[in-house]
Amino acid sequence: MHIGLFIPCYIDQFYPQVGIATLELLEKQGLRVSYPLEQTCCGQPMANSGFEHLTADCSKNFIRNFERFDYIVCPSGSCALHIKEHVHDDQSEEKAVSIRKRVYELTEFLTDVIQLKSLSAKFPHRVGLHQSCHGLRGLHLAQMSELVAPKYSKPEQLLKLVDGLELIQLDRQDECCGFGGTFSVFEEAVSVKMGQDRMADHLKNGAEYITGADMSCLMHLEGLLKRDNSSMNVIHIAEILNSKA
Amino acid sequence: MQQHQTHAELAEQFNRDINRVNWHDQTLWMVREKRDKAAQQVPDWEQLRETASQIKNHTLAHLHAYLLEFEQQALANGIQVHWAADAEEHNRIVHRIIQEHGVDRIVKSKSMLTEECGLNEYLLQQGIEVVDTDLGERIVQLAGEPPSHIVLPCIHWKKEEIGELFHQHLGTPKGNADPDFLTRAARAHLREHFMMRRVAITGVNFAVAETGEFVVCTNEGNADLGAQLADVHIACMGIEKIIPKRNHLGVFLRLLARSATGQPITTYSSHFKKPGPGKALHIVLVDNGRSTRLGSDDFRNALKCIRCGACFNTCPVYRRSGGHSYHTAIAGPIGSILAPALDMEKHADLPFASTLCGSCTNVCPVKIDIHQQLYTWRQVLIKNGHASSTKKAGIQLTGMVLSKPWLFRVSGKVARWIMRTFPGLMNNRFNPWTKQRELPMPPKQSFRDWYVNNRSHD
Ligand code: SF4
Repeated sequence: MHIGLFIPCYIDQFYPQVGIATLELLEKQGLRVSYPLEQTCCGQPMANSGFEHLTADCSKNFIRNFERFDYIVCPSGSCALHIKEHVHDDQSEEKAVSIRKRVYELTEFLTDVIQLKSLSAKFPHRVGLHQSCHGLRGLHLAQMSELVAPKYSKPEQLLKLVDGLELIQLDRQDECCGFGGTFSVFEEAVSVKMGQDRMADHLKNGAEYITGADMSCLMHLEGLLKRDNSSMNVIHIAEILNSKA
Repeated sequence: MQQHQTHAELAEQFNRDINRVNWHDQTLWMVREKRDKAAQQVPDWEQLRETASQIKNHTLAHLHAYLLEFEQQALANGIQVHWAADAEEHNRIVHRIIQEHGVDRIVKSKSMLTEECGLNEYLLQQGIEVVDTDLGERIVQLAGEPPSHIVLPCIHWKKEEIGELFHQHLGTPKGNADPDFLTRAARAHLREHFMMRRVAITGVNFAVAETGEFVVCTNEGNADLGAQLADVHIACMGIEKIIPKRNHLGVFLRLLARSATGQPITTYSSHFKKPGPGKALHIVLVDNGRSTRLGSDDFRNALKCIRCGACFNTCPVYRRSGGHSYHTAIAGPIGSILAPALDMEKHADLPFASTLCGSCTNVCPVKIDIHQQLYTWRQVLIKNGHASSTKKAGIQLTGMVLSKPWLFRVSGKVARWIMRTFPGLMNNRFNPWTKQRELPMPPKQSFRDWYVNNRSHD
């Protein structure tokens, strides 16, 4: 099994430690992982702003980089979802379709494909899990609070394997943090208010860390926490799962 | 150019009063929680939603036939049926009926359609006084405002403010904000109007094709009172309100109130089938852009909407921006996909007033893919030239950089260097990101740089 590591552009540029943790975590499971060097971005920021028609070259570049892998794994729910739903290739659509089927967000890859049952990781802290909307309502990484259906949560399942970690309960289980890509800039006031409320929910329930499977939401929350000089921090789930025992 | 303020601008103003935002958010979240509880008590809830969705899809696919069937049955019942192509024709028809009865004051129970058509303002211009009899609607009417929510029209009003409003308009004692007292005062005030009005307008929740009857759902019974006391009852409905059979009500009535407020059923679900002795019953069927939408594969299924308001209550943006920030009769997520079809220029901002979180789609009792339609509207709007030039230039540049790996690497390096060396350059008040947030601390090395140094690559 050969895995292509897809590291979203903003993680590559701003959060290299998340990429490193993802890579090491996969390697620890005995998997063969490669990072194709010519990858850039999935095109999601443009598409969600209404410019999907400008993303054809991004898609082509993505397919070029990843078509040789059995699985494509990405530590970001929204980027994985974007590939799954919107990557096209007008010259060879079957290539795009096949790519769309092989893309996995990191936590679902660990629980569903390699069915990870144990982990030697330790993180002795109180942690709140922020369910990012695209991972939740797009990839179904966990049960959505709106539906009348059995509960499950893939990220939670993994966090439970970590030594010493105490998962706190939130008042609002899966409310959006307000990042929303360009929404965070064009609707600054509402975006910030949503983020502050999300922060307050974690704080109120005693979290030391906010974790999640999507660094973009965490980047937004981190920006708010830092401005607040808060003692709470954000940490990507890959970093927790890869922490030393 | 847009003449009015955008959602972002209006929302920013709404957010200046943090206590009010918190109160608005929490009040509506409570309604969402009631909805969750009510839904959880119905084990086959998801199946019920699916059934409702399929009935609506089927009806829309055969709308023409069901509308004709409904007309035929209604006529046979003695109802007078009118067809209106747009809002203007609807308003003219209603006005003509009122005129024929020589009346200049009427009562109206809640109807989002008449809001959509601007009926109140139209009739006012013709010298006809309209009294809204739904308590919430009456409150916003007294305040000279449009409703801010399709089910809870005055949800943005605190009880103290309502006390003051009633003090001014109805002469209740100053400072009395007791909800029971205020409701009784409003009731007494409305009673007078009910007694004096000969024409009553109501909306329609469901119109049954097989029987030619229609159903109006209220919690206050004001639709019944208005319609029973008046000589003439005019019911106004969008053509999408048709359902094929009476027993389909068993699906929709179970979903409607639970989704709207968490009640098992609305207090009154009143069936109107024929005019009472010596009275007249009219029904106005309005298109106003609906048949155009019916022809659109992307946007058709928004016509399934039963106006329960659940998507408003769950929407994290709506809860923190208020109904009026949407500058349209129907606000919230559903309003944001309906309004651009009526006036693309005016409502181009609304599909962007969302994080695409998808909660709306999950609560919708008829399974409208609301957040997908928001996404699709964005594509349509941008293709039609509704992007501000700064946004367009930025996105085009991004597109170019991201499709060229070498350019991406160089610009990433340069940007990180600039951010590290001159933090003040990015961290200023003209950058909306940093107004209330910090930027991430740019690392020296990108992941790619690290990878090249630490792994052999193939
Ligand atoms: S779109 Fe769905 S949730 Fe929103 S008001 Fe209509 S029926 Fe209710």
